[in-house]
Amino acid sequence: MTISIRSVEKTFGRYPALNGVSLEIADGELLALLGPSGSGKTTLLRVIAGLEFPDKGQVFYGDEDMTYAGAAARRVGFVFQQYALFRHMTVAKNVAFGLDVRKGPTKPSKKEVAERVDELLRLVELDGLGKRFPAQLSGGQRQRVALARALAVNPSVLLLDEPFGALDATVRKSLRKELRRIHDATGVTTIFVTHDQEEALELADRVAILNQGAIEQVGSPEEVHDEPAGAFVAGFVGEANRFEGEVRGGRFVSGPVELAAGGAPDGKAVAFVRPHELLLSKEGGLSVTAKHVAPQGPIIRLDGVTADGHRVEAAFARQAVEDLRPGAVIGLTIGRAYVFPA
Amino acid sequence: MSRRLRHPTEDPAWAKALVLAVVAVFLAGVLILPMVSVFFEALRKGVPAALEAIGTEDARAAIKLTLLTAAIAVPFNVVFGICASWAVAKYEFPFKPFLITLIDLPFSVSPVVAGLIYVLVFGAQGWFGPWLLDHDIKIIFAVPGIVLATIFVTFPFVARELIPLMQEQGVDEEEASVSMGASGLRTFWSVTAPNIRWGLLYGVLLCNARAMGEFGAVSVVSGHIRGLTNTMPLHVEILYNEYDFVGAFAVAALLCFLAVVTLVLKTVLELVQPQARPGGH
Repeated sequence: MTISIRSVEKTFGRYPALNGVSLEIADGELLALLGPSGSGKTTLLRVIAGLEFPDKGQVFYGDEDMTYAGAAARRVGFVFQQYALFRHMTVAKNVAFGLDVRKGPTKPSKKEVAERVDELLRLVELDGLGKRFPAQLSGGQRQRVALARALAVNPSVLLLDEPFGALDATVRKSLRKELRRIHDATGVTTIFVTHDQEEALELADRVAILNQGAIEQVGSPEEVHDEPAGAFVAGFVGEANRFEGEVRGGRFVSGPVELAAGGAPDGKAVAFVRPHELLLSKEGGLSVTAKHVAPQGPIIRLDGVTADGHRVEAAFARQAVEDLRPGAVIGLTIGRAYVFPA
Repeated sequence: MSRRLRHPTEDPAWAKALVLAVVAVFLAGVLILPMVSVFFEALRKGVPAALEAIGTEDARAAIKLTLLTAAIAVPFNVVFGICASWAVAKYEFPFKPFLITLIDLPFSVSPVVAGLIYVLVFGAQGWFGPWLLDHDIKIIFAVPGIVLATIFVTFPFVARELIPLMQEQGVDEEEASVSMGASGLRTFWSVTAPNIRWGLLYGVLLCNARAMGEFGAVSVVSGHIRGLTNTMPLHVEILYNEYDFVGAFAVAALLCFLAVVTLVLKTVLELVQPQARPGGH
């Protein structure tokens, strides 16, 4: 199901949660809504789900205007942040709920329901746990039950609110792969909300980055990381050194830092440089005093200070560096930089 | 000399003993002794005399009226309590704290005042008095007044029990249910009701105990007409004032017995359902 969000606005009291958001989600896509807390990403997800109605704008499912249709009419599968499993029902009953509440000719037989539940529990690798209650499961297992329950109704779109937020790091990693696998197996259009960029970049086909109720950029993980559309995205996605300065005549200057301004107009500006875009140079460049050096697998991370006291972080390939110790003064040239008007 | 090492945050033995002793003395003096004396006095002239006192026509009428009052007040409470806690926990609206305070009002108002309010509103000299008189509807000094007064003093019980419970549970499960296509009614019966049933039952038991035992508010609106508008607590007072101690204590013992049964039920419920934690009042 393609989903099209057109100029959606939503206010809670006097606080605007969404300011004219437009977004197209392709059929079968796995999309991440990424943003800091309060950016409106959960509100957007709930507007897509029909758990919240927008004040202005429209939500289309395919060609159908679903702006004011309820969640059930949209046939969404929603996975809540705290899973919202029915605590007095067994796992099997939880998964079957969406089928059990059907009425009339669409109501499946008991046997069909049981088969579907078995199939889903196998899909999320919980076969054999159907008779347990949610309280008897681990966090990761509950998450899988919530996923199976949401998929039971053959949803047109699967929506997940911070799906891995309540889990510890190891479970989180394995469930991430799991979600990718399930998405590929079912092919259902999937949208998930997260504040964890690593999660979004690793898992999603495309990432929509929200800030203060507006979409800053939509693109593939590579695009949002390597071609940030603005200062917010450049600072939010991936690590970056931030320099505040001024553009004059096509050059960005901030103290000892000087680099090509790209297309940025003259005036106050900020520049972002990824740690790995700071390159060791034998002659000249930006002079930096090493404060802290930490090897990290194949790379070496450096915390340093420029002559005017600006902190910089750099990362070098291990082979490129010999004997770098705190206190050493090194020269750095700046590779790729992103410059935006401030 | 060997000494057991106590935990750093544990109180010394003498302090524990002192605290426990204070509790025990108060319980014994204020609760247990009077309770025992009620049964002792009731049975002073033997079991038959006590049974006879309970079996008189007036006593039976009082028991019936008490049960009737509870049978009306408790279901009313359940409906009101569920609606109020649903509204507070699941909806956003202005004046919510005010509503919660209002629900607590019967706990802070003297029951006698509660009774008087109804006399002022529905009594012969009250606001609606003449109109009620014209239409031959009796509220004050009749059963409806007693039921109204009982409802007034008991209406926080179920709501106070359910509001924190429902607030803690939030709306996620209901939203999940609705998003999967369940109707509002289906959602209530399949999702909400099972989640609140223990809290509800707990509230009902407390409400029932209070409904059967209420004296002050009922006393004001009852008119003390024997065999007609006397509840058990009022009947106890009448018998006592007539120096019929065995009768008074026999009915009182029956009331105590009902209260104890209620509390035993409550304790059993807590044992079989560990999640049914005591909350509110």
